[in-house]
Amino acid sequence: MKPALRVLSPGLMTTIQDFGRVGLQHLGVPVGGALDTVGLRAANALVGNQPNMAALEVAYFGPTLRVEADEARLAIAGADAELTVFPDETAAGGRRIAGNRSIKLCRGEVIRIGSLERGAVLYVAVEGGFDITPVMGSASTYVRGGFGGWQGRALAAGDGIPLCRNQVAERADRELDGLDLRPRKVIRAIVGPQADYFRDEEIDAFFQAEYAVGHGSDRMGIRLSGRAIRHSRGFDIVSDAIAPGAIQVPGNGQPIVLLADRQTTGGYPKIATAISADLPALGRLAVGMRLSFVRVTMEQAQAARRAHIAMLDGINAKIRPRACTIEELTQRLNDNNLVDGFIEAIA
Amino acid sequence: MNGFKVLPAGDTALVIEFGEGIDQHTNGRVLALAQHLREAKIEGISETVPTFRSLMIYFDPLVLSAESLTQRVSVLTGEPQPVEQAARHWHLPICYDSELALDLEEAAARLDLSPAQLAEYHSTTSYHVYMLGFLPGQAYLGDLPPDLALPRREMPRQRIPAGSVAIAMSMTCIFPMDTPCGWHLIGHSPVSLFQPWPDPRALLAPGDKVKFTPLSRREHDDLLARNDDVALPFDLPAQGQGMAL
Repeated sequence: MKPALRVLSPGLMTTIQDFGRVGLQHLGVPVGGALDTVGLRAANALVGNQPNMAALEVAYFGPTLRVEADEARLAIAGADAELTVFPDETAAGGRRIAGNRSIKLCRGEVIRIGSLERGAVLYVAVEGGFDITPVMGSASTYVRGGFGGWQGRALAAGDGIPLCRNQVAERADRELDGLDLRPRKVIRAIVGPQADYFRDEEIDAFFQAEYAVGHGSDRMGIRLSGRAIRHSRGFDIVSDAIAPGAIQVPGNGQPIVLLADRQTTGGYPKIATAISADLPALGRLAVGMRLSFVRVTMEQAQAARRAHIAMLDGINAKIRPRACTIEELTQRLNDNNLVDGFIEAIA
Repeated sequence: MNGFKVLPAGDTALVIEFGEGIDQHTNGRVLALAQHLREAKIEGISETVPTFRSLMIYFDPLVLSAESLTQRVSVLTGEPQPVEQAARHWHLPICYDSELALDLEEAAARLDLSPAQLAEYHSTTSYHVYMLGFLPGQAYLGDLPPDLALPRREMPRQRIPAGSVAIAMSMTCIFPMDTPCGWHLIGHSPVSLFQPWPDPRALLAPGDKVKFTPLSRREHDDLLARNDDVALPFDLPAQGQGMAL
C-alpha cells in the first residue's frame, strides 16, 4: 500500500500549500501559496526538506492524522497548538509533545493537533514531502478555483494524502530555537498605489487607527474592522492588478488586506500596501487580533526586505538536535528491550 | 502622449498607469510596454500583469531598484509601439436561449429592447480583449454598444455556471468557471477559455479581437457534449479534479 497520512478528522481548514504559482497572473491565475512562508520554511527545515516543498497549512483548528507508512517524520511549526501523539486511534491516552520540532512516527500512530493559539496558521511538513502532482507549477490548493493540492479542496475525513517516503532517515529529531513565528501587531506599509483617492488627513487617520481582524477573513484577505476610511472621489476604479498586501478600501470604508489567494485584479482603490518583509507576519493574524499600520518609505522597505532575507538564511542555524527528556530516554530503552539487559548486567 | 504615472504597490511591484479610463489606445500602450519588457528580459522582473489602463510590474528591489526600473520603463515607453502582430480574430459560439440566459429578458426590458434585439446587438459587435483577470483565463471584452450598457446587478448571484456570458457597464465576459457574479447573464458559450494542464494556457490574450456566433440550443448542446469528450487537456492527473470548465 502506498505510504500516506490518513485524515481521521480534517480540522477547520487544512490545505496543501507551497510558495504558490508565480508568473501566471497575466492569465488570471492567482499566486496562492502559504500565508506564512516563514512557518512553511521552518517546518521544511526541521525535516530536512527544500524550503518550498508543499506542506499542510492548518488554520485555527488542527486535523487528526494517522500514519500509514512504516515510518514518517513530521515537523510542526507556526502557531501554538496542543499536540498529542497516540499509539493508535483507539488509544485513550496519548503523550503531549511540543511544537516547532520534528517527530518520527511509526505505522498506526496518530497525531492530533488541537486549537491554534497566538496565530492563525501552522505548518505540518513531512520528511521527503507529500506525493502531490503540481498543477501549473505548484502544489498549492486554490479552493475557490477548485484546483491544486489535494483534489483542489481542503482535506476531508477519510482522505489519504500520499507520502513520498515509507521510511525516514535514522537520526535524532530536531527543534527550532529562537525563530519568531508570532503575528505582529504593527505592519509596515507603503502608501499607494491609489493614494490620490484619499485626502492626506484620511491617510494619516488610517495609520493612526487600530483595527481588528474581522470575521470573514480568509486566505484571500483580512477584513479589517475599525475606523472606516472615506474616499475623496468615489470607490470604483477601473480594475487594475492587485499586489500581495494591498489594502483596498471598498464602498463601506472597512479596509481589506489582500493575501495569498487574492484575485489577480480588482476594482477598489488601494490606500497602502504592506511591505514584503511583513507579509508572513500578516498571514499569521487570527480573527479578533488587533493590528495597526505604520508608514515606511521604499528605502526602509528594502532594508526590511534585506533583514528578512538574512533571517530566512539563518533558519537552519536555529535548528538543533533535540535533547531527549528522561521519559523519552526510558521509553526508548523500554522499546528496545534494553532495560532488562541493563539490569541483568548490573546483577 | 508619453505621459504615464508610476505608482508604488508595496516594495515589490510598480503600477505604470497610462490613463484613467477604458479605451483601446490606452490599453494599446499598456500592451506595448508589456511586450517591450518581455523582449528586454530585464533581470529582477518576475512577472507583469496588463490591465485596462495600467501595467503591474513585479520585481525584486534587491536586484533591480524601483528607480532604475522606472528609468527603463521611461525609455521603453518612448519607443515606438511594437509593430502590431496581426491581431488574432476569434469567432466564439454563443447560445442566447432563455434557459441559459437568466437575465436576458430583464436586461432587454431595462434597455427597451426585445431579447432578440439585445442578442443581435451583442453578436454583431466586434470586441477587443482588454485584459485577463478575476478568474483563470477570464477575458474582459469591450466595448459593448452604448445601447447595451447596464450597471452591475444590485444582488450578485452566489453561483453562475462556467461558460455563462454576461454583460455589465461597457464590457462582456465569458466566465470560465463556476463563480459568484454580479453581471447580467445573457447567454452561454460551450467554449473552454483556460487549460491548466499540461501547460497553463488561456484561449484569449489581450489585444485579440472577438465576435460571437449565435447557435441554436441544439447546436450548443451538441458542441457542449462534444467538448466534454475532447476536453482531455482539462483533465488533471488521477488525483486531481478538473477545473469546472
